[in-house]
Amino acid sequence: MTQVLLGAAAAFVAVSLVALYRAVRGPTMPDRVVAVNVVGSNTVVVIALLAAALGEAVALDIALVYALLNFLLSVAISKFTVERGGVL
Amino acid sequence: MTPLELAVLVLAVGGVFFAVVAAVGLVRLPDIYTRTHAASKSETLGTVLALAAVTLVFDSWLTTVKAALLVAFMFLTNPTAAHAIARAADDQGIRPWTKEGDE
Repeated sequence: MTQVLLGAAAAFVAVSLVALYRAVRGPTMPDRVVAVNVVGSNTVVVIALLAAALGEAVALDIALVYALLNFLLSVAISKFTVERGGVL
Repeated sequence: MTPLELAVLVLAVGGVFFAVVAAVGLVRLPDIYTRTHAASKSETLGTVLALAAVTLVFDSWLTTVKAALLVAFMFLTNPTAAHAIARAADDQGIRPWTKEGDE
């Protein structure tokens, strides 16, 4: 079971590298934000899979905080790059 | 192989499959709106499947609740973030992709 979880974590890291291509390539700013959001979601999954594989239940708290910060990043960038007469 | 191990294996492989689908869509699709489509739907399903595998592994009650909470957060926040980005792209004046001479 540990091998399955570690293998899945490695696969998610490889997928994140593919998504990083879109973050580097662009061409527009929202493209990069979407790619960074995908990389962040994959990072949450990698942290959770490593927590399960290594038996470190504490790392799930880190994954939880990382998921919320990732959401905050996307919403903040998409709200503050557009002038809509207010915060929202 | 116990039924629990089989369930973890199936969920983890499914999660990796949908994450690969999301990455292919992110690289191959032509514009921001189609890319948010790939990033929100396939990526959310892949994430939720992989986190469901994590939920099954832990035998402590509290950690299972934490992992289930993580699944619920991802299910709520990932499509919301993709929608906010697509709306910001539309407000910046980015037009959807069409075939040449199709407008």
